[in-house]
Amino acid sequence: MIQTFFNFDIIVASWPIVMAGLLNTVLLSLIVVPLGLFGGLLLALLASIRHPLVRWPLMAWVDFFRAFPPLVLLILLFAGLPFAGLDLGGFACVAIAFFLNTGAYYGEIFRAGIESIPTGQVEAARSTGLNRLQALGYIVLPQAVRNVMPDLLSNTLEVVKLTSLGSVVAVPELLYQARQAQSLTYNPTPIVVAAIIYFLMLWPLVRLLSRLENRALAGRR
Amino acid sequence: MATPSIVDARAIHKHFGALHVLKGVDLKVAERELVFVIGPSGSGKSTLLRCLNRLEEPSSGSIVVDGIDMLDPRTDINHARQRIGMVFQSFNLYPHMTALGNVTLALRKVAGKSRAEADRLGRAALERVGLADRSEHTPGQLSGGQQQRVAIARSIALEPRVMLFDEPTSALDPELVGSVLEVMRSLRMSGMTMIVVSHEMGFARNAADRVVFMDDGLIVEQGAPAEIFEHPAHDRTRAFIGQIQRH
Repeated sequence: MIQTFFNFDIIVASWPIVMAGLLNTVLLSLIVVPLGLFGGLLLALLASIRHPLVRWPLMAWVDFFRAFPPLVLLILLFAGLPFAGLDLGGFACVAIAFFLNTGAYYGEIFRAGIESIPTGQVEAARSTGLNRLQALGYIVLPQAVRNVMPDLLSNTLEVVKLTSLGSVVAVPELLYQARQAQSLTYNPTPIVVAAIIYFLMLWPLVRLLSRLENRALAGRR
Repeated sequence: MATPSIVDARAIHKHFGALHVLKGVDLKVAERELVFVIGPSGSGKSTLLRCLNRLEEPSSGSIVVDGIDMLDPRTDINHARQRIGMVFQSFNLYPHMTALGNVTLALRKVAGKSRAEADRLGRAALERVGLADRSEHTPGQLSGGQQQRVAIARSIALEPRVMLFDEPTSALDPELVGSVLEVMRSLRMSGMTMIVVSHEMGFARNAADRVVFMDDGLIVEQGAPAEIFEHPAHDRTRAFIGQIQRH
């Protein structure tokens, strides 16, 4: 059993391959998470403009990308765009797909946070001469982000997990590399190692999230 | 009136959709004057106040404050607003900042003061409202009365030419009202021009220069407090004052 699922020799042999994958997963996350956060913030700020010409297209955009399965979106970009003469490669396709998909999710979280701040505070700020952007930057966003920190973190966890979708379009991230090692060694051990690495990488975030959630609950009492 | 007006609002109309909230209001306020605006809820008195610094955009009319045409699109409204302090019913302090942080934000970001200079002015403003020892407290650690005094400090730190008070004591427990009125009284002593929407009739009686009674989007009558309270000319004023004084 251990020879099959946790074979020491195979761990040693596949280690460099798996580590290269881990590096790419971290790299991918470091690109995709800020990109999603940025896209989300942009959407949330646009949502605060209540003009119908902004509001309806925005709503359609967010609805569409939340309802569209990210894997389908990714494959569509990867397999479809070359037909339009645009061959971006797997990495860029993952970045774009995530920007669209997780940006919509982050956007809804930011929007909820912004709407949780009483408008009276903004009026007070404006009455002292702060402009719209200053009121947003100094008054609304710092509180909004703190209020939705657990949701942001929870979504970030999902995003990091979703980077494994990159394996479908040959981005050599952790899962893809582990699959390569598995097929080279005819042994599932590299997949087990990848699973353990995912767990070890995300578990601290999960702990942090629990603490934030408990604190938020305590704060509400 | 011999002294020139520091606030000159003319023919102010305000529609909210189909609702006609202000129906042509004229209000002139002289320098150092304290004007009390009273009237039933929904009479438009808060809306009028909020039009003066353009938190609400009037539908039509003209507003000149301290020589600045507030409704001229070329007017830098953020600059103009520094001269008009505003105090709200619900305090509207920034809960993520200390009292001093609340007071110094606009000093630094709008008036362009250095942090040291802003802190100095901010502490002086907090001292004027009797809260010098609370500068590092956050709003959550202060009583309602103290929060409202911080809000007043936030306004006076910018050295406004006019102060607008929108029901400043309505959200306070009765025992905390006095401390806020005390600060308003000392502001009055220092010569601040003030427009106050409030039902603190006792304060109006002994501090106001003029009482303005509004009903249904119009100024019904105005005059010295004694005149309005003892000998109102209109039935609507009499009925309203009767109701208020029964409490």
